[in-house]
Amino acid sequence: MSGPQEMPIATNGDVVLVRQKVRSVAAEIGLSLVDQTKIVTAASELARNVLVHAGGGRVEVEKVSTGLRPGLRLVFSDEGPGISDIAQAMTDGFTTGGGLGLGLSGSRRLVDEFDLVSAPGEGTRITVTKWSR
Amino acid sequence: MERVPILKLGDILIVSIQIDLDDQSVLTLQEDLADTVVSRGARGVIIDITAVEIVDSFIGRMLSTIAAMTRMLDAETVVVGMRPAVAITLVELGLSLGGVRTALNLEKGVVMLEHARSAEG
Repeated sequence: MSGPQEMPIATNGDVVLVRQKVRSVAAEIGLSLVDQTKIVTAASELARNVLVHAGGGRVEVEKVSTGLRPGLRLVFSDEGPGISDIAQAMTDGFTTGGGLGLGLSGSRRLVDEFDLVSAPGEGTRITVTKWSR
Repeated sequence: MERVPILKLGDILIVSIQIDLDDQSVLTLQEDLADTVVSRGARGVIIDITAVEIVDSFIGRMLSTIAAMTRMLDAETVVVGMRPAVAITLVELGLSLGGVRTALNLEKGVVMLEHARSAEG
């Protein structure tokens, strides 16, 4: 397995580049078209969150494997204001960014594993994984 | 930022999204469409997303906004060509695109708009 590849998220254009990168790696490891679409959509939501809430950050894109099953792991991190109430932030419709409030909650439904680490003033780190079926 | 072209066919505007839209392009398209509906006196708008690989919450909101906005300007919007994987993902994401009319392809979209118009008499 090759190591993680890091991409910056600093502009709207970077969000598009992240989507394209995730799409190509997802196809490479053999995810179905529906699963590719789900992980790319989740990546788009999470990358936008980094931009809107933290003013920027980065994502690491990594191919992972559990024996025979390949997967794709994305780690979004930023040094933004962090999240004080994670349960509330994970609720459908809750928003502080003027959006629809589906970014976090919706992304979680689109991936197989979802992990969020954040504290006020300490930035946010979200790890998502999609496994090949 | 890339701009999405808006084509006119009779009193219908046709927008075929062929690029990977960044958020700024999405907002620009909304504004361009509102302006064009008024300046051309369009009665219908067709947004073709055949080439769109993903619809996230931002693009989904754009579709709802355009539908609501054009309705206020006396034009009906139909979104055509959604890929099956996109539909599955949108529902799981939690977006139902309420208020947005859809048709399977451009041809059916045109028929839908013509019916809407003849119903008005």
